[in-house]
Amino acid sequence: MMIADGIEDEEKWLAEGIAGIQHNAFYLHRAVDSNNLREALKYSAQLLSELRTSRLSPHKYYELYMRAFDELRRLEMFFKDEERHGCSVLDLYELVQHAGNVLPRLYLLCTVGSVYIKSKEAPAKDVLKDLVEMCRSVQHPIRGLFLRSYLAQISRDKLPDIGSEYEGDGDTVMDAVDFVLQNFTEMNKLWVRMQHQGPIRVKEKLDKERSELRDLVGKNLHVLSQIEGVDLEIYKDTVLPRVLEQVVNCKDELAQHYLMDCIIQVFPDEYHLQTLETLLGAFPQLQPAVDIKTVLSQLMDRLSNYAASSAEVLPEFLQVEAFAKLSNAIGKVIEAQVEMPVVGAISLYVSLLTFALRVHSDRLDYVDQVLGACVKKLSGSPKLEDNKATKQVVALLTAPLEKYNDIDTALTLSNYPHVMDHLDAGTNKIMAMVLIQSIMKYNTCVSTAEKVDVLFELIKGLIKDIDGTLADELDEEDFKEEQNSVARLVHMLYNDDPEEMLQIICTVRKHIMAGGPKRLPFTVPPLVFSALKLVRRLQGLDGEVAGEEVPATPRKIFQLLNQIIEALSNVPSPELALRLYLQCAEAANDCDLEPVAYEFFTQAFVLYEEEVADSKAQVTSIHLIIGTLQRMNAFGVENRDTLTHKATGYSAKLLKKPDQCRAVYACSHLFWVDDQDGIKDGERFKLIFRHNWT
Amino acid sequence: MNYILGAFKPACHISITFSDGKSRKQVPLKKENGQTVMVPLFQSQENISGKISIEPVSGKKVEHNGIKVELLGQIVRELDVPGEIYERKTYPFEFSTVEMPYETYNGVNVRLRYILKVTISRGYAGSIVEYQDFVVRNYGPPPSINNSIKMEVGIEDCLHIEFEYNKSKYHLKDVIIGKIYFLLVRIKIKNMDLEIRRRESTGSGANTHVETETLAKFELMDGAPVRGESIPIRLFLSPYELTPTYRNINNKFSVKYYLNLVLVDEEDRRYFKQQEITMFRLGETS
Repeated sequence: MMIADGIEDEEKWLAEGIAGIQHNAFYLHRAVDSNNLREALKYSAQLLSELRTSRLSPHKYYELYMRAFDELRRLEMFFKDEERHGCSVLDLYELVQHAGNVLPRLYLLCTVGSVYIKSKEAPAKDVLKDLVEMCRSVQHPIRGLFLRSYLAQISRDKLPDIGSEYEGDGDTVMDAVDFVLQNFTEMNKLWVRMQHQGPIRVKEKLDKERSELRDLVGKNLHVLSQIEGVDLEIYKDTVLPRVLEQVVNCKDELAQHYLMDCIIQVFPDEYHLQTLETLLGAFPQLQPAVDIKTVLSQLMDRLSNYAASSAEVLPEFLQVEAFAKLSNAIGKVIEAQVEMPVVGAISLYVSLLTFALRVHSDRLDYVDQVLGACVKKLSGSPKLEDNKATKQVVALLTAPLEKYNDIDTALTLSNYPHVMDHLDAGTNKIMAMVLIQSIMKYNTCVSTAEKVDVLFELIKGLIKDIDGTLADELDEEDFKEEQNSVARLVHMLYNDDPEEMLQIICTVRKHIMAGGPKRLPFTVPPLVFSALKLVRRLQGLDGEVAGEEVPATPRKIFQLLNQIIEALSNVPSPELALRLYLQCAEAANDCDLEPVAYEFFTQAFVLYEEEVADSKAQVTSIHLIIGTLQRMNAFGVENRDTLTHKATGYSAKLLKKPDQCRAVYACSHLFWVDDQDGIKDGERFKLIFRHNWT
Repeated sequence: MNYILGAFKPACHISITFSDGKSRKQVPLKKENGQTVMVPLFQSQENISGKISIEPVSGKKVEHNGIKVELLGQIVRELDVPGEIYERKTYPFEFSTVEMPYETYNGVNVRLRYILKVTISRGYAGSIVEYQDFVVRNYGPPPSINNSIKMEVGIEDCLHIEFEYNKSKYHLKDVIIGKIYFLLVRIKIKNMDLEIRRRESTGSGANTHVETETLAKFELMDGAPVRGESIPIRLFLSPYELTPTYRNINNKFSVKYYLNLVLVDEEDRRYFKQQEITMFRLGETS
């Protein structure tokens, strides 16, 4: 209820103030119309006295101020017309200073000052200097702010800029700059002081009130940027240092954030580039509560856009060592603000990385540097638990992937894996998936064993159990998806050179072997097929290979394959292993490597015999064996006989009679193959059937 | 105007005119009855001369015991020996190089007036008297030495200021220029004024009577300053009714002027520092 009353009261006071202004304005207009200067001064002073109120919030005070402002514009026109009131502007300048109350007096003085400057009877700089000094008499924050804002408004078009009609002798631009800087400094001081004045109010309300007035202060910076005579030199030597001095010294977080933002928005990017060190030097000196990362991000964004605007600009970036400076600055800020949470630091690095990727995309060393700095920060902090911080790290890692569309580049960043190490297991896996998706999306192909090694290190969260997580905790669906991704990834690892390809296969094997029983069923098959592809390629090259001792021979690969498939025995996954053995046998057959093919069949039968227990699985498996065996043509009679005999024997021993029949029937084909080199053993054929009917 | 003692009707009309009446500057003079009239302005060591015309009213002759003109209360001139006036008679008069070191002053408890008094003595019929006021103002050159006033004052741990006024002697149309510098501010100041106060003291010893009047209240500052702020002073004296400083005029009275710097805090407590300044009348030629 109290607050509602307060608002109502304020409305009432505002209405009273407006009425007071209107009342005096009536008499003022009458005095002006009859060219009565004395009366005009009297009523304008009374009118302006309404602005002496302490009862209004800034928002309401502004309304009152605007009314007075309108009246002063009309009064200024009267003042200008000496023929009407008969008083010289110099006398008028003194006359208005007779007013007893300081606020009306100064509003009138500024108004006459405007006329005085326009008359050119005195140099603009002298009048402006006098006005900005005299305004010091109003120390009340809100009243002072509005008064100085009035001064800023009426002086805007009368600055002694070069090329303006008010250009003076001597260092005219500096005069204009000094005036604006002084007004700015005083206005900022008053603005900051607002919070200490008046009854104690809730911080949010106070901040809101202060925010409403911030543009009054910021406008001065805009004016500075519009002064023609302010070139890079003057900006560098005078404007920026003095503005920053005030920003730092005021020690007010609201002001600092707003003003740093203003500086960045209002002055040209070229200037920022050339004064980067000075500008960045201010950041560590700001209050800890200032959201520096937003401001710095803004700056880096702008500079990135500037770099993108034209190719001629880029050498400038290198010449001023923009990246190094930004990097240093960020480091200093993080160092200085001990209280800054990790998420803050990481998002700063994300901004810096974005900058590096946009401006210096060819400089992978820069990118790696940022990652390195990030690693350092993460190493010094406890394990990441903050969700936001984690998101930032993921953003950091994703950015280079998106920029380069090429996993190769990311793989060359030495710090990339170190950053990933700092993610919690869950996020680490997510990141790994992102990596794989990136590869799939851009159809990139990872082509060296070394890169494959790095890659698999990066995605190790998917490949094996990292300390702390149990595979049991995982959702079935998610797990399948993960492993399938890894499987698909394997197919993206390729090199034309068989040696290298073999190395790749070995590297992959090394990694997936640590995957454990749950993963191997997913990861082994693609590797096997990848190896078989290599075999087929070598098979085609057979005879074309030079006489050197080359490690990549089909024989060697089959040895490897044997070992790989054997790992499945730990799962155990006999059926899968059996299939894979058969695939290998077929490939060995095509290479004319009879003993190798025979060995694979042997392994397959061993599995059948010892591991495949389920009757249904047995049926499927035996049919697979039979089918594969049928396609074999590398076997000599003995070997074929042995294998066929085994197949037939097992077929007959199947659990269900119908299955037995079918299997034996299938075996019959083993004796009679309807193609050119096929076996046609009529006797045996008959034997089978006879056997079966008993 | 006739001032009649003991008769009902004026017997004759007396008029006093100054020889340079048309060219001499006239200034307003507020009389005791509240009316303001314009009277001629003289400076010390000037000649006061003119004509006094006496004309009997309604043709009746006036017998008298002598006619004199006085420059109150200093000098007397006999205009005529006892005789009769039956038609208008004009007497020239002159007071040469009159020393009038004291200015006309219109104060609270004391007035210093210059008057020409014409008396027609008539014995039993009562004298006929006529007055003519005039004002004396003395101008001077600017003082050869005019130091500024600079002082640090304060209340321990509360408020320390340094004030500075550009001069210690000001002429009546002068400007007070200076500044107030805040060295320490631990109270919540609402505003700051500069007052001009006039202190008129009459009598002496045990009978001294002092009357103080604030002639001007000029706001210097609105709001609370912080340490290190410097507030400018620019106070034009022309709008105010000031006189020169009078020190011990004829051992009868003094008129002194003071600048009173007043700071008011949020609880309306007043802190002040008074400082005497000397006012003088600056000659137009200087």
